[in-house]
Amino acid sequence: MIDQALILILSSVVLASTPLIIAVCGEILTERAGIVNLSLDGSMLMAAMTGFVVALKSDSVWIGFLAAMIVGAFFASIIAFGSIRLRQSQFAIGFVLTLLGDDLAAFLGQNYTRIPGPVVKHFAIPLLEDIPVLGPIFFNQSPVVYFAYILVGVTWFYLFRTQPGLRLRSAGERPEAAFARGISVNRQRYIYTIVGGALIGIAGAAYSLDIKIGWSDGHIRGFGWIALAIVIFGGWSPIRGAFGALLFGATKALATFLQRRFPEVSVVAFNAVPWVLMITVLLLVGSDFTERIITMAPERMQRPLQRLLRISPPKALGSTFVED
Amino acid sequence: MQIELRQIRKYFGPVRANDGISLTLEGGRIYGLLGENGAGKSTLMKILSGYQLPDSGDIFLDGQPQRFASPAEALGSGIGMLYQDPLDIPAFNVKDNYLLGRNRRVVLNYKTAKRELSEITTRFQFVLDQQASIESLSLGERQQLELTRLLVGGAQLLILDEPTTGISADQKEKLFASIKKLARDEGKTLILVSHKLDEVQELCDEAFVLRKGQLVGKIEIPCPNERLVEMMFGQIPLRSDRPGHTLGEPVLELKDLRIPTYRLTVKDINLTVHEGEIFGLAGLEGSGQQLVLRACAGLIKADHGHVSLAEQDITNWPFQRVRTAGVGFVAAGRLEEGLVADLSLTEHLVLSQPSRRFFIDWSDARKKIQDRIEQYQIVGSPDSGAEELSGGNQQRLLFGLLWESLKLILLEHPTRGLDVRSSDWIWDQLYQRRQAGTAILFMSSDLDEIIERSDRIAVFSGGKMSRTLDARQTNVDEIGHLIGGQE
Amino acid sequence: MKSRLWLRWVWPVVPIFASLLVTSLLLYLFGASPIESFQAMLKGAFGDQSKTLSVLAFWVPLLLTATGLLVTFTAGLWNIGVEGQIVMGAIAASWVALRVEAPSPVLITLEILAAMAAGALWAGFSAVLKTRGKVHEIFSGLALNNIAIILTNYLISGPWQPSEGGSFRGTAPFQAEALFPLFGSSRFSPLSLVLALVAFGAVVVTLRGTLWGLQLKALGKNLRSAFLLGVSSEREMILAMMFCGALAGLGGGVRVLSWFDSLRQSISGGIGFLALLIVMLANYRAFWIPPISLFFSVVLNGAISLQLRTQLHSSLGGILTEMMVLFVVLFGDATKIKFLQRKKDHD
Repeated sequence: MIDQALILILSSVVLASTPLIIAVCGEILTERAGIVNLSLDGSMLMAAMTGFVVALKSDSVWIGFLAAMIVGAFFASIIAFGSIRLRQSQFAIGFVLTLLGDDLAAFLGQNYTRIPGPVVKHFAIPLLEDIPVLGPIFFNQSPVVYFAYILVGVTWFYLFRTQPGLRLRSAGERPEAAFARGISVNRQRYIYTIVGGALIGIAGAAYSLDIKIGWSDGHIRGFGWIALAIVIFGGWSPIRGAFGALLFGATKALATFLQRRFPEVSVVAFNAVPWVLMITVLLLVGSDFTERIITMAPERMQRPLQRLLRISPPKALGSTFVED
Repeated sequence: MQIELRQIRKYFGPVRANDGISLTLEGGRIYGLLGENGAGKSTLMKILSGYQLPDSGDIFLDGQPQRFASPAEALGSGIGMLYQDPLDIPAFNVKDNYLLGRNRRVVLNYKTAKRELSEITTRFQFVLDQQASIESLSLGERQQLELTRLLVGGAQLLILDEPTTGISADQKEKLFASIKKLARDEGKTLILVSHKLDEVQELCDEAFVLRKGQLVGKIEIPCPNERLVEMMFGQIPLRSDRPGHTLGEPVLELKDLRIPTYRLTVKDINLTVHEGEIFGLAGLEGSGQQLVLRACAGLIKADHGHVSLAEQDITNWPFQRVRTAGVGFVAAGRLEEGLVADLSLTEHLVLSQPSRRFFIDWSDARKKIQDRIEQYQIVGSPDSGAEELSGGNQQRLLFGLLWESLKLILLEHPTRGLDVRSSDWIWDQLYQRRQAGTAILFMSSDLDEIIERSDRIAVFSGGKMSRTLDARQTNVDEIGHLIGGQE
Repeated sequence: MKSRLWLRWVWPVVPIFASLLVTSLLLYLFGASPIESFQAMLKGAFGDQSKTLSVLAFWVPLLLTATGLLVTFTAGLWNIGVEGQIVMGAIAASWVALRVEAPSPVLITLEILAAMAAGALWAGFSAVLKTRGKVHEIFSGLALNNIAIILTNYLISGPWQPSEGGSFRGTAPFQAEALFPLFGSSRFSPLSLVLALVAFGAVVVTLRGTLWGLQLKALGKNLRSAFLLGVSSEREMILAMMFCGALAGLGGGVRVLSWFDSLRQSISGGIGFLALLIVMLANYRAFWIPPISLFFSVVLNGAISLQLRTQLHSSLGGILTEMMVLFVVLFGDATKIKFLQRKKDHD
């Protein structure tokens, strides 16, 4: 008999991880095209604040989401414009924007802290919610969660099984070759940076309208950075990224759970676990450890294993491309 | 298809890469495009294939003027170019790479790709593993794939840029057979950009020679090589003097060396290079000679065997330590692995000097680099950035930065991309060094250079090293067999 | 030609104007008069002696950290982990302050050394993760920042808590001998300013006049070529990070021993990130670091004052400075900026 409380906890983990999943999918699109959106954290904060305030004013969560999308896309477009057209460092631009987003959100949202506002209504999906154990966890949720499920699948299929996805990836892997095939590398980068930014915006609003409801100074500060890390150890793949986000959510839940059970034990260490995990995974990615494991496996398993475990960043990530 | 270029001009600032070039190409013929480095060959081909736009001039296809904004557009009109390093996506697999850029369907159709690929590979007897990722393919296979893509894309004119560099003998044979088939049987036009005169003689019907951005000659093939050289350089270059040289003590000794890498394991390397000796390593790229050079330099690890320098075991010593022991290393990529683009010549000198003084004496450094500039005839000033120098001058700079008395100099492709004069000059420097007792170990994919310059030669094939050959007594035929793996 | 010259002179002022414009707009939106607000900010910075001294006191760790970052930027490193290095420096200095008994000069010397060592080691850790583990310094920096903060919170609520029980605000206050001598009743320590200026001079000399500085510059531009020219990238990167970490750690020590009197929760106050912005705004030129750091201190302190008076959120100061940096980063100076200094600055 599965504990009802456990189901509730897992369900809330899924919900809490969802904005991260959305942000991760967005950032994967951006990075696969060759750009790093370092302003993730600040963008999400601005989007969260904007989404909440606009939803409050218009009394509609969906208009709030729309506004948040626009904000996220706008921040991303600055990075795209600055790095492509003005040829400046995307890291520098992203870094300033992340701090600026934080401060702007704090300033513009200062009159809206800690007040209630509209909330996304959850609903269950008939039939699917009756699946034992998994049903209540995954299918009695917020529509934002359902959106995330679809998003992960669509993103994966788009990236790996469609022509536009090939073009996107080619822009991030080898821009010269993409150009030779008639693909406008910079247009790809503009589009997907902005699309990624829009998704980041949705993610931010998902927090303030659904999970960490409302707005306050320093609201979801830090989650954007975690999303960046997840993109990396998810190997720039939406499915692995989604798992990474769920893993992160689960670790946090575990920490809270253990703190309640064992208050004497300092739970501080648990806050460090996600960061330690991140470094560990990055170490694994950078080493040839996974390569060695793969070569130890039987011949036939090697290629699928490679696809599962091999993590390589898009080779042109972070570089500029000049179209003649 | 008839292709005409009329008064093509392309200037890069003061440099006239293409200075009013006009020529006509007929279907079914194979053309050679010759010229020394900087003559304008690659610029012209980039313009013809749509990678660049000319400043002025026109391209006519069957009498119709055309303008290509991108290589894809050019291919749409029937012109395709195969680059030395094919413009493919290493991370993709063969099918994705093949399908990239096609407008047909949104969802990728792997079945069609498989079919089309199989059709062409059978026709030209290519062998391609469709599941493999591009980065796991050899250069020759990547070339074949790209050729396939261009043909399916409708290319009537194919431009091949130095296609035989770095491919196996077998692949070269297939390539030549394909080229002939495409021209004779299928009426396509081919342009072979090459500096390998023997290949041009074998394949081409006619050759165009460029010099300093202009078309200086048009000649039917076959013709005497001297004619081609004369047109390329304007005078017959002198063959360099080869004074006999007595060899000294062994400087570099490799014993049973084994170097494992992800793609290739080099084993059973036994080699000795003496004081004052020039030893050449021949072989196709990726056959292991570069690995051996880098293992000697301490850049790659060996897991078996020994490397010794003047009786001292330096096996697996780190690069810096090997360097301090009196070894110079000049990599093939000048700006990638040798010079720092926007540091000045003076700064390069300060960095490369053996003295480790903490504080820099800038005026002294400037004096020193000025001396080197004069000594090595470098066209540049102490404050020029390294990237402002031409390729030949960059190579001179790299030589100028080598320390005074070295026991051993290791060179990768010492004259790659250089014109004959710069090449001769570089080898003059090396002859001077060897007179002073330095041992020289170099690799080159230019067999003529290997035979001309070395005292002794070893040939690499598939990670194995052949017996040592005396350069004065061997010939291209013998080496060619060894490269092919035959004894 | 004349217009280009004119542009060069005028151009640096554009970011200032642009950010003033945006900030004024925001103030107007919130019903405040921009002129009055800026005046209030200036008063909040220079109004009286204690305020001016506060600005100076905040300036010092900014200057220290930004100076250190010059070194890492030259080497081509994005030392985002500088925040954690400040925190670790503060922690080390706190340990000495709480656990060691000695006369004041000795104690202070030990604290300084401990702070520098701790910052250097923390940075070194990031560097080794990069050189041996191929972990990009942005990510190891982020992770280590967070871990350092978690460590701080642990110490504050645990072993170092004040005698009257954990309040989560700070540790037990330090003995008087441990604190830097302060000027009057302010939080400004002249000693710390001296240290900062010495550090600044040392960095400038190092970068322009030493072989090591040139090696870092080569590293930052082309790792591979630098290596083949004799620069051991692994060693130099680690040293560069440690150099920066030492200065950042010292900044942390200054914070905890003069600005505060105990280890606090957000001991760094975002100084690390601010320092990164300062170096970016200064276009990686050493000359501009001291004045721009001072400027940041003025604006941020002024904004806090403003909040006390008008309830306008102090993030306004951040907005002002960050907008300037954004403009500089996007539009650069009249001749296109390169990421690192041009070699012209040598002779």
